[in-house]
Amino acid sequence: MAVDEKLKIELGKQGVMVTTIQELYNWGRRSSIWPMQFGLACCAIEMIATTMARYDLARFGSEVFRPSPRQADLMIISGTVTKKMAPQVVRLYNQMAEPRYVIAMGACAISGGPFKQGYNVLKGIDRYIPVDVHIPGCPPRPEALIQAFMTLQKKIDEQHLTGEDRPRHLDEQAPGEFNVPEFGEHDLEPPSNPGTWTVPKIIQ
Amino acid sequence: MKSVEEIKAAIEAAVPGAVVKVILNPAPNAQHSLLIDAPHAVAVAEFLRDDDELALDFLSNVTGVDFLDKEIAEKVKVTRQVPKEVDGVQQMVDETVEETRKRVEPGYLEAVYHLFSVSKKHGPVIIRMRTANRTDLVELPSLTPIWRSAEFQEREVFDLFGIVFTGHPDLRRILMWDEFKDHPMRRDYVEPDDYEYEPTAHDDVLKRAQAHKAKVSAGEVSQ
Repeated sequence: MAVDEKLKIELGKQGVMVTTIQELYNWGRRSSIWPMQFGLACCAIEMIATTMARYDLARFGSEVFRPSPRQADLMIISGTVTKKMAPQVVRLYNQMAEPRYVIAMGACAISGGPFKQGYNVLKGIDRYIPVDVHIPGCPPRPEALIQAFMTLQKKIDEQHLTGEDRPRHLDEQAPGEFNVPEFGEHDLEPPSNPGTWTVPKIIQ
Repeated sequence: MKSVEEIKAAIEAAVPGAVVKVILNPAPNAQHSLLIDAPHAVAVAEFLRDDDELALDFLSNVTGVDFLDKEIAEKVKVTRQVPKEVDGVQQMVDETVEETRKRVEPGYLEAVYHLFSVSKKHGPVIIRMRTANRTDLVELPSLTPIWRSAEFQEREVFDLFGIVFTGHPDLRRILMWDEFKDHPMRRDYVEPDDYEYEPTAHDDVLKRAQAHKAKVSAGEVSQ
């Protein structure tokens, strides 16, 4: 249940703070998203630049890059995911505690990018794990990554704690583990996780 | 530095039995190369490294090249006997016909080594080795015992082209995973069919995407 904005401001003037559990819970989560310290390719350089003084990701509460997946809330897929690396990426994602989020940063991470027709590059990490925000760019500028953070924060803010559309970590039925692909003789097996990824429809 | 012909003469004088062929490069850079025979390759390499005048002590690059089997059509004049009626009598008469014959020249895999001399400040000297064919006789001697820097690059050539370097200390795949069976840089490599989603397909990719679509509608693949 949302609180009427005008009433909230009026009560605030009187020194009364009104909120809901949902608002408070989401505010807490979205204000300290700790990313995992993990870079795959050249996009990682832009990710590092984003955390430094000039762009200052600390303004969004995300300056604490954790070197362990157990302590991280967010995985930034910053760069090309090769087929040889993909199982490790999925395994790291499985090791993260819920609630967890994924930003696919750059052309390679969202689709394979310039290496899409290569024999060694995965055509987008969303074939194996669910991605919350996709950023195009080669590489995306730090502003674009900040935009992705703001989009993710907005997304977290709008989550309902109950009901059908509740987030995955509040849904007991939702899958916690994602299938780690095996190294096959010609390709990864399976080439995508069924249920996680279906072929998008092309509208012409 | 010596010219390629001079290096060839020096090799043949130093390594008895070595067969060296000069491959000329018509490009303006004129980087001619030496094709050496596999059985004497290690001895030749040792000579190139240890010779006082050449002193090629630095191997900068190893690469692979794939040459497919070539079908060559040749016109040959053939004389054969044909039955013919001459003056009301059946006779065998010689007749010369032009025939087109096709023969297949087997392809080969090639390893190319670029050598420099740090002490003499010259280079590159380019040497090549060729396998007998592309399928089963793909062995070449490893030059890692001569130049240590060949180790990873020969592993890469093994991984992507499938040349087996005998005498290599640790010949494993280096880029692809161990379970992988193909050699992706070969010209007849067939990549896995993962063309189910191509939003901006064109040219070859469009053809592959359409072929995949046809497979899906025929029910051969699920998506």
